[in-house]
Amino acid sequence: MLVIENLTTELDSDNGLVRAVDALTLTIERGETFALVGESGCGKSMTALSILRLLPDSGRVSSGRVDIEGTDITQLPESQMRDIRGRRISIIFQEPSTSLNPVMTVGRQITEVIERHTSIRGDAATAKAVDWLKRVGIPDPQRRVNDYPFQMSGGQKQRVMIAIALAAEPDVVIADEPTTALDVTIQAQILDLLKELQRSQKMAMLLITHDLAIVAQMAHRVALMYAGQVVEVAEAKEFFDRPLHPYAVNLFEALPDTAKRGRRLASIAGSVPPLNQEFIGCRFADRCADVMERCRTTPPQLIAYRPGHQVRCFLYDGTDVTDAATRVWGKDPVLPIDPPAGDTVLEVRDYKVWFPIRKGLLKRTVGHVKAVDGVSFQIPAGRTLALVGESGSGKTTVGKAVLQLLRNTAQISGSALLLGQPLENLNGEALRTARRSAQIVFQDPFASLNPRMRVNEILEEGVASLRPDVPPSERTERVAALLEKVGLRRDALTRYPHEFSGGQRQRLAIARALAVEPRLIVADEPTSALDVSVQAQILNLLKQLQQELGVSYLFITHNFGVVEYLAHEIAVMKNGKLVEAGPAESLLSNPQHEYTQTLLAAVPRLARAA
Amino acid sequence: MPKLVFLATDIALYVLVFVIAFYVWHARRTPTLRQTWRGVLHDPAAMSAGVVLAIFLLIAMLDSFHFRPLLAPASGAAADAAPAYSTRTLSVLDALLAGPRESREKTYSVPLGTHQFSKESMLVDGKSVRDFPRLQFGGAHLKDPDSEWAGDVVRQSLMGVAGGILAAAALWVGVAFLRARTSRASLGDSLRAIWRRSTEVPWRAMLLTASIVAIFVGWVVALWPYYHVFGTDQTGNDVLFQAIKSIRTAVVIGSLATIATLPFAIVFGILAGYYKGRTDDAIQYLYTVLSSIPSVLLIAAFVLMIQVFIDKNPQLFDTGLERADIRLFLLAAILGITGWAGLARLLRAETLKLGELDYVQAARAFGVSDTGIMRRHILPNVTHIVVIVAVLDFSGLVLYEAVLSYVGVGVDPTTNSFGTMINSARNEMSRDPVVWWTLLAAFGFMVTLVLSMTLFASAVREAFDPRARAFRVRRAKPVPANLVVPAVIVPAAGL
Repeated sequence: MLVIENLTTELDSDNGLVRAVDALTLTIERGETFALVGESGCGKSMTALSILRLLPDSGRVSSGRVDIEGTDITQLPESQMRDIRGRRISIIFQEPSTSLNPVMTVGRQITEVIERHTSIRGDAATAKAVDWLKRVGIPDPQRRVNDYPFQMSGGQKQRVMIAIALAAEPDVVIADEPTTALDVTIQAQILDLLKELQRSQKMAMLLITHDLAIVAQMAHRVALMYAGQVVEVAEAKEFFDRPLHPYAVNLFEALPDTAKRGRRLASIAGSVPPLNQEFIGCRFADRCADVMERCRTTPPQLIAYRPGHQVRCFLYDGTDVTDAATRVWGKDPVLPIDPPAGDTVLEVRDYKVWFPIRKGLLKRTVGHVKAVDGVSFQIPAGRTLALVGESGSGKTTVGKAVLQLLRNTAQISGSALLLGQPLENLNGEALRTARRSAQIVFQDPFASLNPRMRVNEILEEGVASLRPDVPPSERTERVAALLEKVGLRRDALTRYPHEFSGGQRQRLAIARALAVEPRLIVADEPTSALDVSVQAQILNLLKQLQQELGVSYLFITHNFGVVEYLAHEIAVMKNGKLVEAGPAESLLSNPQHEYTQTLLAAVPRLARAA
Repeated sequence: MPKLVFLATDIALYVLVFVIAFYVWHARRTPTLRQTWRGVLHDPAAMSAGVVLAIFLLIAMLDSFHFRPLLAPASGAAADAAPAYSTRTLSVLDALLAGPRESREKTYSVPLGTHQFSKESMLVDGKSVRDFPRLQFGGAHLKDPDSEWAGDVVRQSLMGVAGGILAAAALWVGVAFLRARTSRASLGDSLRAIWRRSTEVPWRAMLLTASIVAIFVGWVVALWPYYHVFGTDQTGNDVLFQAIKSIRTAVVIGSLATIATLPFAIVFGILAGYYKGRTDDAIQYLYTVLSSIPSVLLIAAFVLMIQVFIDKNPQLFDTGLERADIRLFLLAAILGITGWAGLARLLRAETLKLGELDYVQAARAFGVSDTGIMRRHILPNVTHIVVIVAVLDFSGLVLYEAVLSYVGVGVDPTTNSFGTMINSARNEMSRDPVVWWTLLAAFGFMVTLVLSMTLFASAVREAFDPRARAFRVRRAKPVPANLVVPAVIVPAAGL
């Protein structure tokens, strides 16, 4: 069906020529779901754009072919390429809110594709659009066909996007992270829909994702990408049962889940190498536990280890290798058992955070958005409470309100007691003193560090503000010691945040929070912007810091793997209310509330033979 | 020893040059800024424009060192009498161009002319004749202008151009020599590298621009002592001299007015965006009102008030130039006070966005004071907008000054400016035959200044604006025609 041979894509960037995709070869059969999986920046999205020839202006396919039923589409003129896009190959993008045109009705956006590629016009086209809306599960399609995108929810928009992509009945559909922007329950629905449509349409699907659990659920075959190259190709079951490449093996060990509680996660040291260089040896060599002399001097080729299972690694080059050859980074060092819980650090009683809706000339308050509506919980010292829920459930608002960051914008009632002291009554100096005990780590490490300040300025700012008793000389020393604690070198002090990778930045953000020696850290999705291997590093760090310093975490997340691995207690939020709370083990194994059950059932899981 | 005079705009310009020098020093030792400015330094168009701008700035600075010449002691004065100074304040530029400044004709004359533009009654051999009189200075060295003029002009031009070419060649060799010495290459290699554009800084484009300027300057230098190169105006003043003097006015207006907007725009913009609510309402109300009044009327009102003040207090100013200068200075201030709304709006929007960013929230969680957050976290992150807008506004204000002076509410009528030149050209355009050279000279100089600034500004904007960088089409290696992809494809429409 779709045959890609030696596809190489180059991007001209400020840092020189970047080879985003390097000699990629794949074959996708009709009716097959082929998953392209890898961490960010490994070239999987660039592959999709190269196939469709939708690369940015600075990029181009420098060599290779993309054959669809025998026609090499890299050589077609643009006018013919337009007939291919949508009709033969189409794409579903990650973000449904930006991939639909906001000023066109969804019906019009579907008929546009139908009219472009088929001879169906007018009412017949509209009828077809209605039919498609029905097939992708939009209720009352007759009426919704005239709706604009803003009248739909995120999940519905993605359904419309799927309808647009499939409207001209293409042979191949590329789904580029189709559910990454969606909540877990919606994600499950969309994945089911894609699976069912793919089966009924008998089309080939190239699924691009970073989530191994989704791959396990959806794909027939898998290709793992690393630094622009495919490093392993296999049938899905084979890949999950017997991964070969050291990168694949470590990736599985780095995924947090219940089984790994109390153990250190395998964390692959270092980060993905930048692609603006010529590689001499294996691209994974610097991060590999099995690195050999040869890996640094010769680039490994993709070799067929078993029928249908290819791997790019010298370990499988010889004749007498066994599957167990691959070692895992820091496998299985069992963590010490958590010390018993201490006194309560934070107690929240019947907390309500209402955002006023103001209208009219005088901006009178006409109503409230009840972001948080009566939430109570407590966190003992040295423990982690995971606050889980879907987007819009108010979990982030709880964290910010507790830290008194929303005082000016929202009406807050109820009380939050930090070390027995009610925070809402504090002002001025007393509030400043209280702030020492509670700090925050944010989701996006790229937005949470001021790009114009050096690392030492960033780290010292909090100390200078909250611990004026610490003399400047000691301040510097303290900050330097902290850096080492979070695993960065001292010479990082004089550098700017942009010189660090995402994982390193998150370490900096954690060091910043720790600088004032807090008792509680509100961690707002601290790993959701990070890749799996880096996430493991950060989770290990958080766990280690908790055991060393006895700090408590209010861990806000939607990632159940992380929750299962890290949390002592779990509180589930929905629409601003707590629906269920309790110790992690019992809540995960025996959820009582219906919503918790739905949520847990929707989480895609890796069912692997151990 | 002449008496040094420091006008208000002089001091402002010194401060400005000092601030620019400080910024350059600061940018050189800040890695991120250095990286950003490298984008400008490697842009051939911007650097060529930079060469022209540097020449304009040099002229403006030469015109900003003022003094009153010492007069020869009056005959019979006591040896220890206080020295007397001229009532006219001159600048270094005036002193350098004393020739063209002093050589005043009676009225209009065409560029490179030898005779007056209009007829006059003269006594020739005792008889009254109506004819074009010879100019007092223009072509005065020619005995018989009709036969000698063309030859003389061509000869002088060739000499001037040859001098210009020599100077340009010296420049090329000089730059190549300096490059060769720092990179330890041979002079020939260095020249070849420049010519093949393989240097980091686009020396070839800069040197080509400098060569064109040098040839033009050489031509002017050769002819100016003998002719009025761009003719004379109604009162017989040399037009080229006026145009050169106008450069300082344009630079003063462009830079000082931009700087005058900054305090208002930055303070109000950041306050509105940071505090939101009532503060935001009040500041928005203020600039909405300000921008709903026609700015020309507002400026006219201000300027007339100032003029009344100046006229009522003549004792405050020693010379006419000082009086005219204070009006120029205040005009720049007025343009600043009335023109901050646009930048404030941009900064408010950016601050609203930054205020929600995590690092600001983190600073709040650290109990950092509001002023601390605005100073350390907001201000440094909006400076790129300030730089972009300041550079873009410069050319707009130069043009605006021309409009205001044309309407008559701009600079003092005695101050040379492109606006007053164009204003006087208004009458000349309706004459027959047309007096075109004043307008042309003013336009030529103004367009060169504004165009250079605009080219420079667009490179600055591109370097500082991350979005502009993302959409910039980079010159990649030649791509087969059938591989060129369309620039923008709306996903929904394309599929």
